This record gives sequence, C-alpha cells and structure tokens, in this order.
Amino acid sequence: MSLLRTENVIMQFGGVVAVNDLNIDIKKGELAALIGPNGAGKTTAFNVITGVYTPTSGKVLFTPTDKNGTTTEIDITGKKPDKITTLGVARTFQNIRLFKELSVLENVQVATHLNTDYSFLSAIMRTPKARKGEAQAKADCEFLLERLGLIDLKNEKASSLPYGQQRHLEIARALATKPQLLLLDEPAAGMNPQETDELTDLIFKLKTDFDLTIFMIEHHMDLVMEISDHIYVLDFGCTIAKGTPDEVQNNPKVIEAYLGVDADVED
Amino acid sequence: MNETQNNLGAYLKLHWKTAVFLVVLLIGIGLADIFVDSYMRRLLNLCAIYVIVSLAMNLVNGFTGQFSLGQAGFMAIGAYTVAIFTVPVESRAAIFYLEPMAPFLANIQLPFVVALILGGLASVVVAFFIGSPCLRLRGDYLAIATLGFSEIIRIIFTNTQSITNGALGIKSIPTISSLWWTYGTALLVIIATILLVYSSYGRAFKAIREDEIAAEAMGVGLFKTKMTSFLIGAFFTGIGGGLFAALLGTVDPKQFYFTLTYNFLLIIVLGGMGSISGTIIASFLVTLGQEALRFLDEPMAFGLDLPIFRPGLRMVVFSFLLMIIVLFYRKGLMGTNELTWDFMAQKFQSIKKKLSRKKTSTEGGGK
Repeated sequence: MSLLRTENVIMQFGGVVAVNDLNIDIKKGELAALIGPNGAGKTTAFNVITGVYTPTSGKVLFTPTDKNGTTTEIDITGKKPDKITTLGVARTFQNIRLFKELSVLENVQVATHLNTDYSFLSAIMRTPKARKGEAQAKADCEFLLERLGLIDLKNEKASSLPYGQQRHLEIARALATKPQLLLLDEPAAGMNPQETDELTDLIFKLKTDFDLTIFMIEHHMDLVMEISDHIYVLDFGCTIAKGTPDEVQNNPKVIEAYLGVDADVED
Repeated sequence: MNETQNNLGAYLKLHWKTAVFLVVLLIGIGLADIFVDSYMRRLLNLCAIYVIVSLAMNLVNGFTGQFSLGQAGFMAIGAYTVAIFTVPVESRAAIFYLEPMAPFLANIQLPFVVALILGGLASVVVAFFIGSPCLRLRGDYLAIATLGFSEIIRIIFTNTQSITNGALGIKSIPTISSLWWTYGTALLVIIATILLVYSSYGRAFKAIREDEIAAEAMGVGLFKTKMTSFLIGAFFTGIGGGLFAALLGTVDPKQFYFTLTYNFLLIIVLGGMGSISGTIIASFLVTLGQEALRFLDEPMAFGLDLPIFRPGLRMVVFSFLLMIIVLFYRKGLMGTNELTWDFMAQKFQSIKKKLSRKKTSTEGGGK
C-alpha cells in the first residue's frame, strides 16, 4: 500500500522548472531515497511534499493510518506545513534548523506541541490535564533523547552541540511529532565515514523501532545503496531513473548524468 | 488529602527560597502601603503598571519574536473602558459638558474590577481584528499596523465626543491609592506569564521566535500561536491601561501618544528581550530612574549661575546612561536569562573568583 504518492508534480519559479513531472510512490514501511546532482530539485521536492511550497500543478497524496487502523488517502497539496506535520509527515533540514537558543530537551518538546489537547488557559492554571500532558510529553522526549544518545546533554543549548549531535537532535525532534513518514534531508551531510556508518545503523534501527517509512535525500552513495529499497534519481528537475539500488546503479543515464559527470566535477 | 499535603511539603522544600522571598515581598508591599507618602506611592504604583504592560509587550516581542508597537493603543482602550464605566453617574453631566454622554452608556456604572476586565477584553477584541491580517504575514507588517492602530485609536478617542468626551478627557475617575491593586495585579500577571512561558505554549512561542520555518515543520501552527500570544499580550496591556486610568483619576487622548510605547520598548530592550525578571528590573529602573534624575530639569546654581541645568537635560542624561548600558550589555541586562537562585549563585561564584584572582594578582604585583 502506498503511503505517499505524487502525481505529475511541477514546481516552477518564474521560468525555472525546479521539479518537472515528479511521480513518486512510496510504500508503507519502505526506505526510499532521492538522489541527484546538486541543484537537481531534491530539496524543492521535499518542500513541496511538506507544504513549504505549493506546487504549480500536480497532486501530493498521503495515506496515513489513524488510531483505529483505518487508512484514508488525503490530498495534502498546498496544505500548511503544520497541518501536514500533524497528519504524520515529519522532516529534518539540510542546513540544520534547530531552535538555537532553546535547550536540547526544549527543542524536542516543541515538536510535541501539536499533540497538546488542552488550551493555553489550562496551561496557565496548570490543570491536572495540562500537568499530565506536560509530564507525558517530557517523558516521551527524554525517551527519544535517550534513544539518540543525547540524554546527558538535555539541558545544553542546542547551538552548543557539535555538528553531528545537532543532526541527531534534528532527527529526535522530527520523531517527537510521532510521524508515519520521515523525510531526511541529507542526514549524513558533513559526516566522516565512521559517523556515516553509525548513522546508517541508527536510521535502520529507528525505522524498525518506530515503524517508520523513510524518504531521504543523500549524497553518500554507499549509505544510499546499502539501506534503500527504492531510489529515485533527479536531474534538472526530471526523474531520470527509479528502481532498486541495483537497477539504478547500472542505469546508463544515471551514470552519465550523476555518477560520471558529478565525479569529474568534484575531482 | 494526605497526598496533596505531601506534595505541598515537597514543593515547599524545593522552593523554600522562593516562598520566603514571596512572603518578604508581600510584607514589604504591606509595609510600604502603610508608611510611604503619596508621591512615593504614586511612583511605586506606576512601576507596577509598567511591569504589567512591559511584560505583556515582552511576551509578544521578546518571547514570540513578533514586533508589535501597539501598547499605547491597547492601554488607551483599557483606560477609557475603566474611565467610561466607573465614573459616578451623577458627576457625568459635569464632565461631559460640551456634549452629553451617549444615552446607551450614560447610566451604566460598573464596579472597578469588572470594568478593568472588560477593558482587557475590549483590547483583545481589537487585537484580534488587527492580528487577523497582520499575523499571517512574515516580517515587520505587524509593527507598522500596530503603530498605525495606536495613532488611529487616539484620534478616534479624540473625536468621539459623546463617548470619550474628546480632547477634554474624562475626569473624576474613582482612584485607587492602595498599592495592593497594582501590585496584586502585577503579581498575577507575572505568575501567569511565568506559567505560560514554561508550558508547551511558551515553548511554541519561543520556537517561532527562533525559526518560523522549523517551528511550522514541527507542527506549530504559526498564525494560531502568534495570535494566542498577541491576544494575551493585548489583554494584559488593556488591564495595565485600566489601572493607569484609575491611578491618575483622569484620562485624555494626549496621554496615549506613541511616545508612551517607547517607554515600554525601552524597558524590554534594557531588561532583555525574552527575560521576565529582566523586564521587572528594567521597569523599576526606568520608572524610578526618570524620577531620580528630575533634579536635572530644575535650574541649579553652584554659586555661579550655570545655565546647564534646564528642562530637558534629564532626558539627555537618561539617554546617555542607557547608551552606556546598551554598550556593555548588548542583549539587555538579563539577555534571555532569568534571575533564578541558581543564576544568582553562579554569578556570585564567578564574581568571587574574579575578586580573589584580582587580589592575588595585586599581591603579586606588590611584592
């Protein structure tokens, strides 16, 4: 069953077509990756899915499972980002966007705000319901921090963490929204091979433990090829290939547009 | 019952310093209420009102990061509501002598507390209409709109002769002289703000201040959350305005010029955007400081007749002092920190360390 589908999504900025006719279909429980050279439109695709941009045309369809286990397909095209997050799509950012002045714990707690079922008045009066909600949220957040190895740093300012841990915190924060689909925008950017390996393990474990479907943008090919079930390759906004890692790796178009050319440029 | 008692006991054990501080504070207010003269009483009352309005402004500007400049306008709404509804019916004819008061209002007289809350609610209603379009936009639109609003309100109040008595203002509002009204309200506002800021809602406010895009991606509804903060701020400001009217006993549109807003802006910048205790400290500093420097406005002769002391010099010196403070404390006195017991202990330790180091270094130099 597909969890997220896009139908012919086009995102235009003036004359620039950043994403051209994107059709993705992510099944529940799989780990899909979106790759492509710099400027291919990967982050724009994420921004369309999460509601930061409204696509010029096309549809984004999300099929969450609610508490009773029933699934309904919802058209989330152009909905506000917070609404989409509430439905169960969480994301991390390519250029880390933590709440810098807040503590590590507070950063994660912010993401539980969407589940508050009491008004600000009961928050001010600290009614039993509000207290219970706060305590529950705090326990959930501490559990997540424990899981991502940040529990000892919970009272530190987010901006004081080293780079790798800031990335982990972003993942913890996204998980605190209780997502069904997690979008990771270059989670391993700027990490050394050892850190990347650790992250690969972590993502895999989180996926099973939290029953997640993951869609990620990544440049580390070994990571992508190792853990993805499906890969979509973008180049200049167009999907030039899709399939399993093996299929994509051997696709001549991909080798030409991405692996070949990009490797030359980078060398 | 037993459990709650235990809870209370544990709570007191944990916060005994705060509890002691609160008791001392209450006794202090009680003593001041009995012993201070009317000049000092007026001043202390004004301090409390400035605490209320500045905290409300800091909630919106400092904690939520929305630049709002409508304080004078919201205060005016609160002040006029209290004025219109508490002036004794029998003296209204004498006050509204140019044009009689509108018949639908002329016979309504409410108790002070009711009028005060009504003033806060009136501010909320107006804030909702300003916020609805402005808070949907990013950037400085709110500042411009609230700035304009506060001027519009003043001009409306100048021209609605039969309701607000126009430029003549409303006199003989029953005054409050006890410190308990203002300090009681201020304490309630402080406690409410603390509880709000350290709740899920407060964290959502701060998240919006830090990064709107990330906050939205984490499920914080921008418009709704900003609106919550803006309306709470407007409510407290309206209450502050109502107390202001009852303190002075008279309102007229000239009291609510835009310069009034500057006072509060000054206080929150000086105290630290996003610090409750900083705002409280700065409210007292600014209000009392402006009074303490009043001698600079009076001509003074040191034997010779030096013409430097003249009306206006006070503000020159005051501005100069502010510049010095802002130079050395760029984020305000407190930044985003709070004056908690831990914070004070830390400061005390670091000062002690510095002093002991200085001592040893001078001793070394002496030898």
